[in-house]
Amino acid sequence: MLAVKTNKPFNPSEEIQNQIRGVMDQYPEGKSKSALLPVLHIVQNENAGWLSVEAMDKVAELMNLRPIEVYEVATFYSMYNLKPVGKFLLEVCHTGPCAIMKGEWLIDYLKRKLKISIGETTSDGLFTLKTVECLGACGYAPMMQIGEYYYEHLNSEEKVDKLLEDFRMKGFNRN
Amino acid sequence: MKVTIDNIEIEVEAGTTIMNAARKVGGEIVPPAMCYYTSLKGSGGKCRACLVKVSQGSTADPRPMPKLVASCCTTVQEGMVVQNITSPEVLETRKGIVEFLLINHPLDCPICDQAGECDLQNFAFDHGRQKTRYDFERRTFDVINIGEDIKLHMTRCILCYRCTMVADQLTDGREHGILWRGDKSEISTYIQKAVENDFSGNMIDVCPVGALTDKHFRFRNRVWFLNPMDAHRDCKKCSGKVVLWMRGEEIYRVTGRKDQHAELKEFICNDCRFENYDTKNWTIEGPREIENESVINSNHYEEGTKALPKELFSKLNNEKWGDF
Amino acid sequence: MAKKILLEHIDKPGIKSYEVYRQQGGYNSVEKALREMKPADIVEEVKKSGLRGRGGAGFPTGMKWSFIDKKSGNLRYLVCNADESEPGTFKDRFLMEFIPHLLIEGMITSSIALESNLGFIYIRGEFRWIKTILENAIAEARAAGWLGHNILGTGYSLELVVHPGAGAYICGEETALLESLEGKRGLPRIKPPFPAVKGLYGNPTVVNNVETIAAVPWIINNGGDAYAKIGIGRSTGTKLISACGNINKPGVYEIELGLQVDEFLNSDEYCGGVLDGKMLKAVVAGGSSVPILPAELFFKTKKGEPRLMSYESLSDGGFESGTMLGSGGFIVYDEDQCIVRNTWNFTRFYHHESCGQCSPCREGTGWMEKVLHNLESGHGKLSDVDLLWDIQKKIDGNTICPLGDAAAWPVASAIRHFREEFEWHVEHPHDAQKRNYGLLKSTKEYFVASAI
Repeated sequence: MLAVKTNKPFNPSEEIQNQIRGVMDQYPEGKSKSALLPVLHIVQNENAGWLSVEAMDKVAELMNLRPIEVYEVATFYSMYNLKPVGKFLLEVCHTGPCAIMKGEWLIDYLKRKLKISIGETTSDGLFTLKTVECLGACGYAPMMQIGEYYYEHLNSEEKVDKLLEDFRMKGFNRN
Repeated sequence: MKVTIDNIEIEVEAGTTIMNAARKVGGEIVPPAMCYYTSLKGSGGKCRACLVKVSQGSTADPRPMPKLVASCCTTVQEGMVVQNITSPEVLETRKGIVEFLLINHPLDCPICDQAGECDLQNFAFDHGRQKTRYDFERRTFDVINIGEDIKLHMTRCILCYRCTMVADQLTDGREHGILWRGDKSEISTYIQKAVENDFSGNMIDVCPVGALTDKHFRFRNRVWFLNPMDAHRDCKKCSGKVVLWMRGEEIYRVTGRKDQHAELKEFICNDCRFENYDTKNWTIEGPREIENESVINSNHYEEGTKALPKELFSKLNNEKWGDF
Repeated sequence: MAKKILLEHIDKPGIKSYEVYRQQGGYNSVEKALREMKPADIVEEVKKSGLRGRGGAGFPTGMKWSFIDKKSGNLRYLVCNADESEPGTFKDRFLMEFIPHLLIEGMITSSIALESNLGFIYIRGEFRWIKTILENAIAEARAAGWLGHNILGTGYSLELVVHPGAGAYICGEETALLESLEGKRGLPRIKPPFPAVKGLYGNPTVVNNVETIAAVPWIINNGGDAYAKIGIGRSTGTKLISACGNINKPGVYEIELGLQVDEFLNSDEYCGGVLDGKMLKAVVAGGSSVPILPAELFFKTKKGEPRLMSYESLSDGGFESGTMLGSGGFIVYDEDQCIVRNTWNFTRFYHHESCGQCSPCREGTGWMEKVLHNLESGHGKLSDVDLLWDIQKKIDGNTICPLGDAAAWPVASAIRHFREEFEWHVEHPHDAQKRNYGLLKSTKEYFVASAI
């Protein structure tokens, strides 16, 4: 897979830079590389939910690492998006315990409802559909994560429709 | 410390690994190594080709170890008893390891520059099964340049991590690394970036397969048609001790000197490797005996994988270089 | 009502907050550990309690603690493994979300025992809101004087850091977790050296599961002997079981070890029986990696004894006829579920989560997934079943870390106990695409997702 460059520099605000320094200071002296995972989370949040090459290079610069060290880590962990995503990333669990409790139905329904395949973004840029492995909510299946929180027991069309509608409203309000 | 490997008893220093103890004995009982590399810190343990059975942990605790262990990173204990080729379990497992390594390997030996000096080829020949049972699509990558002198055939890579260790430990900064994870892992620079520094060429030598090849040598000759000659020059950056791979007067490529375990004794710099293709620049010491068991020293494809007897081997070599 | 240790106060309104938690006797163990006990005494109590690691392996915690190298004088670290990602397991999340101070208290008391001044909670990255909950709890504890410099004026200092992962099951393996905590790719290290000697930043480190650490305060308050009296045999104490799948009451339950599986599955206090009154087909008793058991072997051991929820009883009969307690992820399958499909699903999970470091796991998991997908979708051959068996055998035990084993066991057990179902998929390719083996009497349309 090719790296996605935007050719737009990523310049985090002073506040974000302070936040990054704060995270780095949590770790023992000389071990600030430990902060790489949390820092990438912060930067991804700041960069519309994904990590461009420019954003990762900035992280390398701020943390005094070589860019490849950042790329290696960012590509290893599945929570880092290396391509642009929609405003809301729907991360639907498709692992066993969810799958036997209508998890597969949920994915299928979302595909039909949003008219996109897995990995695609709706044309209005609001939703990206992604399947993920077990999120640790097996007893509350089927479920998905949107942003900070989990949304569980999504076993009927009404519940899913309402959830999507709520987020659609949020998306418009933010604009 | 006394250890027994395949019924051969040997005395080694404490802290020696099973692999190195076996290498002291030499011959068939040396476990194959696809990722371990003595001079690269942190290498080993990954390919699982060198798994052996420990049928007695030590004199003090004679229980066998519950699982096969990687001989390259397990240190010996006083009174340890190890089975390598005398254990059917080990040989069966090794068959599996070959099969796993070959799943995503293109088997393009006929057009691969590494053929003839390839660790994977040797390993598969010695331990593999005739036919693969894998009938799905293999992963493929485009061939890319990483820098002026090196080509990367990611398709052939078996992810031994050696080249990243060379970059970490020998050069002043790593530009390439292992990206992604699982069977999607790949060696890459992520963004198109040249790997440029004085010792990067050693990545070619440490690569056990044909994933990293010398761009100047690509498709120009088969290694078994070339005459390896020990040679040296005064070099400010490295020892200058190399092997020239020649045909007649022409130098086809320059590599470091490998020992019988296909490991470099000394790393050489890119000046020696890529910039000096003129014999005038070198003091040629004489023919190099290739100690590693491979088609280069066998020089023929007759049955079996046994190297020729030592005497015959040097006789043949002398005949070969007689007219040089 | 069974004995509750971890969830004793879970129903108290506001137990999430420091004040309510403190009113219930929270943080007493810290005071006791600092004022009345020496670190060695704490380790001794935990040893006496017989507490075993609740993350899955079941290694005695006290023993793990006693391995830690205190002589070298190097800094020591306690790392809490909150990277809960084994399919079927969601117990740690429950603890951290609803009674976060219990974990913080456990971290402090355990750190005192290990004489560590810096502890980490490695929480899986997806639990974003729980990270906030824990950070708030740490702030409250610090404000109340339980954390920071010179705690209770005893000269002991401790800081806790919550460190988020970023989506990698492999980081639940302790050495991969440490690598990840050091800001690297989560590749398991080669052992030895074990973390107790060379762990985080090369220093002696103990890595314990959330539930293990959360059990420590009770043990310190009530004594190791009292804890050892609960449970059965070497399975002492209580265990959180996260029950899911086709049952009436999925959720997290605290059970006293030794409870009969029949009671756990069928009583209204716990799972409440199989959903919709269907028949039980199979159970995965300890998270996706442990062997799946068919109903008959689940209720009774091969010897005909009723099976209990304990480390020993569940593993009775070895892998031939037993399973493992594992992490307590209890997944129930009713008669309509397809074992082949489930095995494929789990194998896809392990394929996705393999770190790619060692060859059997990197290549073998993907191969198994492809073969299983063929079988599941009606494109399999009869020889595929034997092929699968051989692949899993070549992975099992030959990898750097237990992920290889975890990927091999579900496949092995599914073939061992449900071979005819695999063969049915080969012999009835058209039916296999439309419905399940054993689903003859169901009229429900069965949905087959396209290949991914």
